[in-house]
Amino acid sequence: MLIKRARFTEPLPSEITPRALFESRREFMQQLAVGSIAASAMLDSALAQNTAPRSKLAARANPAYFAKDKPTAFADATSYNNFYEFGTDKGDPMLYAGSMKTQPWTVRIDGEVKKPMTLDIDSLLKVAPLEERLYRLRCVEGWSMAIPWVGYSLAELIRKVEPTGNAKFVEFTSLADPKQMPGVGSRVLDWPYVEGLRIDEANHPLALLCVGMYGQTLLNQNGAPVRVVLPWKYGFKSAKSIVRIRFTETQPHTAWNKSAPSEYGFYSNVNPEVDHPRWSQAAERRIGEDGFFAKKRKTLMFNGYPEVAALYTGMDLKKFF
Amino acid sequence: MFTPNQQQTRRIKAALFVLALLPLARLVLLGFQDKLSANPIEFITRSSGDWTLYFLCITLCITPLRRLSGWNWLLKLRRMLGLFTFFYACLHFTTFIWFDHFFDLEAMWKDVLKRPFITVGFSAFVLLIPLAATSTNAMVRRLGRHWHMLHRLIYLVAILAMLHFWWMRAGKQNFAQPVVVGSILALLLVSRLVFWWRRRASSAR
Repeated sequence: MLIKRARFTEPLPSEITPRALFESRREFMQQLAVGSIAASAMLDSALAQNTAPRSKLAARANPAYFAKDKPTAFADATSYNNFYEFGTDKGDPMLYAGSMKTQPWTVRIDGEVKKPMTLDIDSLLKVAPLEERLYRLRCVEGWSMAIPWVGYSLAELIRKVEPTGNAKFVEFTSLADPKQMPGVGSRVLDWPYVEGLRIDEANHPLALLCVGMYGQTLLNQNGAPVRVVLPWKYGFKSAKSIVRIRFTETQPHTAWNKSAPSEYGFYSNVNPEVDHPRWSQAAERRIGEDGFFAKKRKTLMFNGYPEVAALYTGMDLKKFF
Repeated sequence: MFTPNQQQTRRIKAALFVLALLPLARLVLLGFQDKLSANPIEFITRSSGDWTLYFLCITLCITPLRRLSGWNWLLKLRRMLGLFTFFYACLHFTTFIWFDHFFDLEAMWKDVLKRPFITVGFSAFVLLIPLAATSTNAMVRRLGRHWHMLHRLIYLVAILAMLHFWWMRAGKQNFAQPVVVGSILALLLVSRLVFWWRRRASSAR
């Protein structure tokens, strides 16, 4: 018997899907499915806000702080956020953060410093040359992203204000204006949002004073106009929309730690061996990559930034979680 | 008083069946539209959990509604609603074992034993299994009086499921939704006590 094997043959030109049509598959699928129109209209207008032009920031990529990870899609990084000042749902910040006014904006820097000062955004941008750094972001909830941030080491700003010998900690306060932030009326947290670091942590070159992402200024839902990014700690430690930086002798009373001290420690370093009381921190799901058919990826100690380990030598990280 | 005939009952049941599938249809539709947020897995887990609780509430509504309205035919819808509660609970459990543990039963078991909020959620799910299994007419007949006893487990399931939801939200103090669902469930459970109390009082007389 003659067995005929199917061989690859060149497709007829008529069989080839035109590129434009192929690339519009998503829109086509969207048009196919009707329903939940109001919700999707709202989502679409919010997405339109995301793509509104923001100012470009001239920044040089810093290879020393450029993770090998694939950057998370801009649409994911700007639509899936925890920013409780705008609501507790992940989609709330994108929907409601548009009401926050980020111009003019000043940051008061005071406390245990020789040169207290109030800086506006333009002066903040000039403190040091801007760098682009691709950092992993690990949320305490068990998901992660990789985001190209723009900014400079927080240490540069700290040097400028000359902390006194009494400055043992740095406290960051976020804006809390119920008129601009619908979530501030809720009792979920004790507002304003306060976060903090030990001074040596704040001076570590990894600690980033951040003014932009994806080559442009920050979006409101990501903490515009100025925030910090601390990639070796759970995401909530990285305070957004900062209005005050205070240097203190005693450990700041940070928002989540006050709210649930057994669940959110002051340090909150990413640590796969210390579980959250209600879930394991051993693994995480990378947004946009680890889908339905992939196992979660292993979480790395200090989120894969071993260079910070020296900050914690001799400390029991199970106790100081 | 409205009492549907056999054909009307069939139509009401069919409509209810389709209605009860809408939450699932919504997930499928949003999935095709790529609109299950940046974290589709979390979205499905939350949504299936929410709908398990909603269907539990709806199922528990039947008896008080029947008592208050005298619409005894409502009883004919109870089984389907109960089975839909189980259906969404299965979906919820599947997301847990599939997405959270990728079918690693040992890891799942550790999670169940170690974390109280999962322990109670898992117990609630396990307790639903005998109820679903004994929902057929034949089983109702065979178990007779014991069937009623067995199906009182649903009250325990309601309490455990609510505890699971509450604990899940406790870390972030985000209680708006649990307060609403919890109040409704509490009201439904208390209504049972009231009926029971009244019955006892009238039979003692």
